[in-house]
Amino acid sequence: MPPRQRVPEGPAPDPAVQKLRIQYAKRGRLRFSSTRDFQRALERALRRAAVPMAFSAGFHPHPRISYANAAPTGTASEAEYFEIQLREHRDPAALHRDLDEALPEGLDVVVVREAAAGALADLLEASDWVLDFADVDVATLGAATDRLLASDRIEVTRMMKRGPRTFDVREAVLHAQAGPADGPPYSARLGLRLRHLTPAVRPDDVLSALADVADLRPTRPPLVTRSRQGPLREDGTVADPLASATDEVAVTD
Amino acid sequence: MPGASIFYDLEPLLEQVSKPIQYVGGELNSTVKDWQCGGYDADGRELTVRWALMYPDAYEVGVPNQGVMILYEVLNERADALAERTYSVWPDMEAAMRAAELSQFTVDAHRPVGDFDVFGLSFSTELGYTNMLTALDLAGIPLHAADRGEDDPIVLAGGHAAFNPEPVADFIDAAVVGDGEEAVLAITDHIAAWKRQGRPGGRRELLLRLARTGGVYVPAFYDVDYLPDGRIQRVAPAADTVGVPWRVSKHTVMDLDAWPYPKQPLVPLAESVHERMSVEIFRGCTRGCRFCQAGMITRPVRERSITGIGEMVKKGLEATGFEEVGLLSLSSADHSEIADIAKGLADRYEGTQTGLSLPSTRVDAFNIDLANELTRGGRRSGLTFAPEGGSERIRKVINKMVSEDDLIKTVAAAYGAGWRQVKLYFMCGLPTETDEDVLQIADLAKRVIDVGREVSSRRDIRCTVSIGGFVPKPHTPFQWCAQLDPEQTDARLAKLREAIRSDKRYGAAIGIRYHDGEPGLVEGLLSRGDRRVGRVIEAVWRDGGRFDGWSEHFSYERWMRCAEAAFDDTGVDVAWYTTRERTEHEVLPWDHLDSGLDKDWLWADWQDALDETEVDDCRWTPCFDCGVCPQMNTDIQVGPTGKKLLPLTVV
Repeated sequence: MPPRQRVPEGPAPDPAVQKLRIQYAKRGRLRFSSTRDFQRALERALRRAAVPMAFSAGFHPHPRISYANAAPTGTASEAEYFEIQLREHRDPAALHRDLDEALPEGLDVVVVREAAAGALADLLEASDWVLDFADVDVATLGAATDRLLASDRIEVTRMMKRGPRTFDVREAVLHAQAGPADGPPYSARLGLRLRHLTPAVRPDDVLSALADVADLRPTRPPLVTRSRQGPLREDGTVADPLASATDEVAVTD
Repeated sequence: MPGASIFYDLEPLLEQVSKPIQYVGGELNSTVKDWQCGGYDADGRELTVRWALMYPDAYEVGVPNQGVMILYEVLNERADALAERTYSVWPDMEAAMRAAELSQFTVDAHRPVGDFDVFGLSFSTELGYTNMLTALDLAGIPLHAADRGEDDPIVLAGGHAAFNPEPVADFIDAAVVGDGEEAVLAITDHIAAWKRQGRPGGRRELLLRLARTGGVYVPAFYDVDYLPDGRIQRVAPAADTVGVPWRVSKHTVMDLDAWPYPKQPLVPLAESVHERMSVEIFRGCTRGCRFCQAGMITRPVRERSITGIGEMVKKGLEATGFEEVGLLSLSSADHSEIADIAKGLADRYEGTQTGLSLPSTRVDAFNIDLANELTRGGRRSGLTFAPEGGSERIRKVINKMVSEDDLIKTVAAAYGAGWRQVKLYFMCGLPTETDEDVLQIADLAKRVIDVGREVSSRRDIRCTVSIGGFVPKPHTPFQWCAQLDPEQTDARLAKLREAIRSDKRYGAAIGIRYHDGEPGLVEGLLSRGDRRVGRVIEAVWRDGGRFDGWSEHFSYERWMRCAEAAFDDTGVDVAWYTTRERTEHEVLPWDHLDSGLDKDWLWADWQDALDETEVDDCRWTPCFDCGVCPQMNTDIQVGPTGKKLLPLTVV
């Protein structure tokens, strides 16, 4: 008798029983990892940490992980998020410790929480960014920032996958403030709050805008770090997307 | 300050270049040690021995390399030594580094390569030679060994290509042939002792000490004389050297279980060419395929025990989190306990989403059983077999003993077990080959599809024919033969393609993949070249030649143009090195590097090839006196041990 088409043997994969949301940081040299680099590292770390992942069915089972709004390659971040589904319950604190241990240094777990209702991606409405300049003084940066804020519309062009695209930067800028950096090698810091629009306005688009309106052209690109992302509060600040209603009170800027 | 990180200066470059992750290091299980980890002696002399290890290709190709990973780990385990890794930078990064005047750096601690004591390069292929020159130049190390100063690193070549280091003799200070793990430790001992003594005699004395061990080849200590017709007359230790041996021996690690490396395999963040962990299940091969340099130069066979393999797989998976384990060797199904290994591992990892693979298997039904065992619950996509030669006649010439009926039986078993794609690997340009030998590949592929359709009752099965051009290599019975020129190679492949495509009954069921013959000719020049080829390599590099293993970077025109100019007054040319058949008593450029193989035996085997006489595997049949075992005072090390893999206990 001719063999039939093979299907995976055995029962269907175990269903997911727990959904966790995880905040992680991308620090130091690992800011140069891309989204795909992180995904590869995470899947291996989950195996090393023996996290009981839920898998999709079929000959190519994939761990059930969803990623949301990752920072671009080259930017550091203290506030990146993903969600995982487990086939057995795990204590979030223990998983936090094990997963952090299994990830390479520079990809660090910050918070592990049980997932609340709603889609994670919908909670990520805006980000706070910090840009540290090594060769720009505070006064120059402050003047440039003022010109940025004084403009109603600043169009920049960025090369996207489907070719160059021109869009307005100014609308996304909710807040911009120049000040001193923490210390050498950096001399000045720009704090930015950017609303997540389509297309996404990134800190490097703001840098293009600053070059345009104020001729700010640092010889060394600034170190860009996302410090926070989450829902936009009514007062215009960014909230913690993993905080429950009761935690919310404790969050300060 | 030597050993200081240049990362701050690299950062702006990393913002501009493609795939910056390949330059930042920080891989899981990577190591950064204190530059002075070896400490100082009473007189304040620093005693650390520092190695920069390079795989001279892109990071994505180099980072999974087992050889570099092993040496990196054994060196870093020593308290008085440190090892860091460096890879070839892509042209965009090279341009940015030149503009910013930054040195070739290690990815681990971003230290300039020129600050290390040894710059060790692992050459799996000769096509990395131009990349070595880029790295030397970026590192600020003089290209020519003769121009180097006291503070420059010792430039040391290893890997399979180092079995003929003559084409790069001008650029390297030394070469080591054979297994590296004990050799690098012995060299480290010599450097440590020399440093402790206050570096007596400087760089030359250190190289002399290494050369006198008999296991390190220092090209500068050997003179080469040529005959009027261009052939080599003699290679001999230079008059001003004392105690330098006439021949340099290869290194052989006998007990693989004593060297369970890599223990902590590197896990890159970047995508690499091998997204899996590898465990070497044995080293060496005695199948005796006459084209196979790896099989000849890695003799004798040394098996890792079944329990040693089980332990390495377990620890490696725990250390890495890889989803797949490859059981590496030159002919994996030949391990004396392979069935128990396959079953034991399949049992252990059933239901854990861990894939097991067995590359390099031979063509017989036993392999189908093994492959089935390793994919018990999983997908069965493709199986690869390497008959290497299209006709039975040519398979006798190359000593690849598989009959057409064996092959058909094997693929029938594969399709019957649910495998849907069979890939067949062949070579074109083998000695004595005619169009007819290659055209039989088409008939074979058609029979494979016929049989596959019959046993599977399906139309969507496929057979892919993959063909590489044969390049004769040193230390093989084919080291004397004439390489087929690119025009004839391409013409033969075009006929084969036509023979496959013209038969509409098969349509898309048979795929054919091949490379044109031009890169093979350059590889041939570099493989069997002598010291005069060095000037061609340098000319090509100065003309912009980089990444010769990559078709988008390789330029045949450039190689031929530079070779013509460089060989201008020598009386030799590319054809002389490649398509010329050598005679029995010609001095070959690599004769003074001892792979253990007896040259008379190689010649006799070459004559057997021409007579289409086959030779058995000495693991199962009596010795054929290839020379390795008595020469190296070694022996084949095979099981069975009779042990089994026990289930893993759940912690």
